[in-house]
Amino acid sequence: MCGIVGLLVKKPGLRASLGKLMVPMLTGMTERGPDSAGLAVYTTPVAARQRKLSLYSGQHAIDWSALLERIGEVFAGEHDVVTHGNQAVLTTDAEADALVSWLKRNEPFVAVLSVGQSIDLYKDVGAPADIARRYEFEALEGSHLVAHTRMATESAVTPAHAHPFTAGRDFCLVHNGSLSNPHLVRKHLEPLGIEFETDNDTEAACRFFEWRLREGDDLRQAVAQGFRELDGFYTFLMGTRNEMLIVRDAFACKPAVIAESDDYVAIASEFRSLAHLPDIGHATLFEPKPEEIYSWRI
Amino acid sequence: MANLNQVAERASPARGGAHVREFDLSRDSLRQLNLYLHKQAVADGVGQIRVHNPDGAHSIACGLNAELDVQIHGHAGYYVAGMNQHAAVTVHGNAGPGAAENMMSGRVHVKGFASTAAGASAHGGLLIIDGDASLRCGISLKGADIVVGGSVGSFSAFMAQAGRIVICGDAEDALGDSLYEAVIYVRGKVRSLGADARFEPMADSDRAAVKGLLAAAGRGEDPADFKRVASAKSLYHWHADADQEY
Repeated sequence: MCGIVGLLVKKPGLRASLGKLMVPMLTGMTERGPDSAGLAVYTTPVAARQRKLSLYSGQHAIDWSALLERIGEVFAGEHDVVTHGNQAVLTTDAEADALVSWLKRNEPFVAVLSVGQSIDLYKDVGAPADIARRYEFEALEGSHLVAHTRMATESAVTPAHAHPFTAGRDFCLVHNGSLSNPHLVRKHLEPLGIEFETDNDTEAACRFFEWRLREGDDLRQAVAQGFRELDGFYTFLMGTRNEMLIVRDAFACKPAVIAESDDYVAIASEFRSLAHLPDIGHATLFEPKPEEIYSWRI
Repeated sequence: MANLNQVAERASPARGGAHVREFDLSRDSLRQLNLYLHKQAVADGVGQIRVHNPDGAHSIACGLNAELDVQIHGHAGYYVAGMNQHAAVTVHGNAGPGAAENMMSGRVHVKGFASTAAGASAHGGLLIIDGDASLRCGISLKGADIVVGGSVGSFSAFMAQAGRIVICGDAEDALGDSLYEAVIYVRGKVRSLGADARFEPMADSDRAAVKGLLAAAGRGEDPADFKRVASAKSLYHWHADADQEY
């Protein structure tokens, strides 16, 4: 079992309240997912020449300013870092792939959670409320976010196995359910040069969709391909720089409720995570139908 | 029992002398509510129990076993009125998965939509859903009646063994798959029937049954507009000689 949470605000004036609106939604899904939590928030994009990397050091205390200096010695241009203990969002002029491989070679205790121009990513093990406090989720600002509370059923409880999963640039996915053919999907993707970081089933779905996006599909087309390739139970919630999308498998085994108003689109596994949203009484409430793709653009 | 007494102090007299008991789940715990419904409501001779701010909580008014009138003002979560016996439970909102699951008797009325597996395995009583019901409505039904004002999702009435389901709207895929003795009456379009389910002619007794169920649900559809779906019984018995390749 897991909990999913998605929130997209339709009015720019509400972007400053994104985190505040979301935290009760996330903690409302604690019973569905008490062992880990995470989220991806889509913020105002950085300058065209720049990239953002969300970094995570787990139990290892990292001197992020010292890391910034080491990066500055190797890569030209400007670099900046905003930190939350073991998590940091690095904004950089460096070419992202080069920086990621440099980090892999030189910084064994730093994991790259996401790469893009808009996405910031946080995930860790622990109770959702603790994680929300740890990373000050209430202060988050942005146009939309995708979040998850995890109750592990098929792989270990580690930060790397927590959701969201990311691949490519500014793409993330959270999942409630379990896939029955992740190894087959992986066997199809690995010969294409696609590398996996965990043995988690959701990562296979994430990398499959991101591969389809790189092949030229739009997100809806990629998901439609997934109906043929991905077997199992799922409610998938995905984010890109300008879109939020939800889809359920043909049997709709895993729940989801959507509340849409003039101000927001709010998604959760259950209504109890939506009950406290402002003016929820006037929002349109519905459950996504199986194998129907619902998406919203900012 | 201190908490229960605090709740009782908020009781207000209802019309006709019967008492109304109010619970507000933003203050009162779900356990307080269900404990009151199980252990004290009958002794209090309460006329109606009103539940405010349910906010999607699970298992509201589960396992009731008395002729109580429970009015839930808002949306309920999983298993509302599950295992109900004798009570009348009304949800003035939507219901989460498994509404009235395994109901034995009584009446459950969802004014909005119901999520998956509404009325699953219910043995008796009447479940009314004014809006749509999601997938697997009436799965493994064992004798209850269900009236759905809207449409039902796929695999509804899967392996339903006894009881009746009236669907005023449409049905998605695999309606009545592997039916036993339950009968489905559907007014709208059926995307597909499940294995061993078939349309059958409506007899006078069918029209009378639909008329009675619609009346019980307070609905005005014309029984003449409904089609009957029942088991063709080709899967009903084990055929030792049949080709067992699946």
